[in-house]
Amino acid sequence: MQGDPHKQHISGQFNAELDAMKQHLLEMGGLVEQQMGQVMDALLNRDSGRASAVIAADREINAMEVQIDEECSRILALRHPAASDLRLVLAVVKSTTDLERIGDEASKIARQAIELSELPPSAGNAADLRRIGRHVSVMLRDALDSFARLDARKAIDVVIDDASVDAQYDSAMRRFVALMREDARNIRAVLHEMWALRGLERVGDHATNIAEQVIYLVLGMDVRHVKPAELQELVAGDEA
Amino acid sequence: MKTHSIDVNALKRAPRPSRGAQSCLRVEGLGLRYRRSQRVALHDVTLDIPRQRVTAFIGPSGCGKSSLLRCFNRMNDLIEGSVITGRVWLDGEDVYARGVDVAALRRRVGMVFQAPNPFPKSVYENVAFGLRIQGVNRKRVLDEEVEKALRAAALWDEVSDRLDSNALTLSGGQQQRLVIARAIAVQPEVLLLDEPASSLDPISTLRIEELIYELKTRYTILIVTHNMQQAARVSDMTAFMHLGRLVEFGETDTLFTNPRDSQTEDYITGRYG
Repeated sequence: MQGDPHKQHISGQFNAELDAMKQHLLEMGGLVEQQMGQVMDALLNRDSGRASAVIAADREINAMEVQIDEECSRILALRHPAASDLRLVLAVVKSTTDLERIGDEASKIARQAIELSELPPSAGNAADLRRIGRHVSVMLRDALDSFARLDARKAIDVVIDDASVDAQYDSAMRRFVALMREDARNIRAVLHEMWALRGLERVGDHATNIAEQVIYLVLGMDVRHVKPAELQELVAGDEA
Repeated sequence: MKTHSIDVNALKRAPRPSRGAQSCLRVEGLGLRYRRSQRVALHDVTLDIPRQRVTAFIGPSGCGKSSLLRCFNRMNDLIEGSVITGRVWLDGEDVYARGVDVAALRRRVGMVFQAPNPFPKSVYENVAFGLRIQGVNRKRVLDEEVEKALRAAALWDEVSDRLDSNALTLSGGQQQRLVIARAIAVQPEVLLLDEPASSLDPISTLRIEELIYELKTRYTILIVTHNMQQAARVSDMTAFMHLGRLVEFGETDTLFTNPRDSQTEDYITGRYG
């Protein structure tokens, strides 16, 4: 790609506005990634202090969502963007919503971590939580990375990857239920871990939504309700 | 932007059915040059303009959009030394064929220019002008046709009590609608609008745009505009021209959200150097 196409307008001011909007989205994404890292530590170590910090930092993410949305409305009202500029503004508006929701999921998971910090250590579920947590964090990183680089290929990979998170989630749920059956004393802790797991799975969905926006931005195609198999075909066709 | 080797068409759904529009004007390999200045205004332009739809022509100054518009009613014939090659068909008839009655052609293909140019006559006589030339002289018929044209041009309510006033006393926006009424009084098939709203204030501009929307149910409308938002708002199809060539022609919705050609993208997003 020859430079950022959103920086080549005759109006330098418009370049600056689009660039600032995109940078702010990526900053928000960085903050959300950081929250995900923190909340995974808090969850796996049952660290209520770190979990509280995650909940407190969510306010900053909410404020960024409002600020970026304002920037987008201003650009729509004053610049009447078209073509790839219009797609950029729309993709940013939609992606901020998903990032904000990931922030909310991080707060919810943090609340489960605080509850778990009160309970005696229990055997078992950390491996599943760690694996899925890592997986969705990588998806989020890749989705943001594909946004920064306008890399539709990477974004397609993220969308396809979501199915494997869903499969991991289902099998982890079965193991969690088995643990509860084994010993009723596990139930309280496992219930909190299930909520946390549910939150992680949702993070994967939001990362997928962001990746879909990148595909729309770069290729001009709305793939939101396209089956992963069709996307697979697209990739296979590309590699052939 | 599309530097990826991904086959973007693989995901596209079945192509959207064209809305049953049948082409009204057909241009094939059209070229226009001026002998005196050796300037080439149009190169090999080919396109089909659908009936009863609005087709907008956009592009930088000097790209040939107004020259192309003037080919449809042979206004370029008036420029000495202009040479036309290729073909233009109106309803299957060759506009440039030998023996074509140019005055009759211009009745079928009306034109409205950038600056409102009413005649220094009454409002009524401006609209009746074309009809009188056609030999319509009966007052009742003229009254009816004038009212019909003024209503169609969304001007009747504003001028019905001052039909005898001089047209030059109307506001700029009213004058432009009067000129449109004058053009449609002779019941053309096609209306060519060359920057019809560029000298008007925003409210008058919106009135003209609203009028275009209403008129397309009866006429095939071609509009040349520098105002891209206007092209996006009023047209069904858009043609982007550059240096006398047709770069891209397609549905307005697609052209403004996901143009195929990088030159179109650069122009509509303001990246044109």
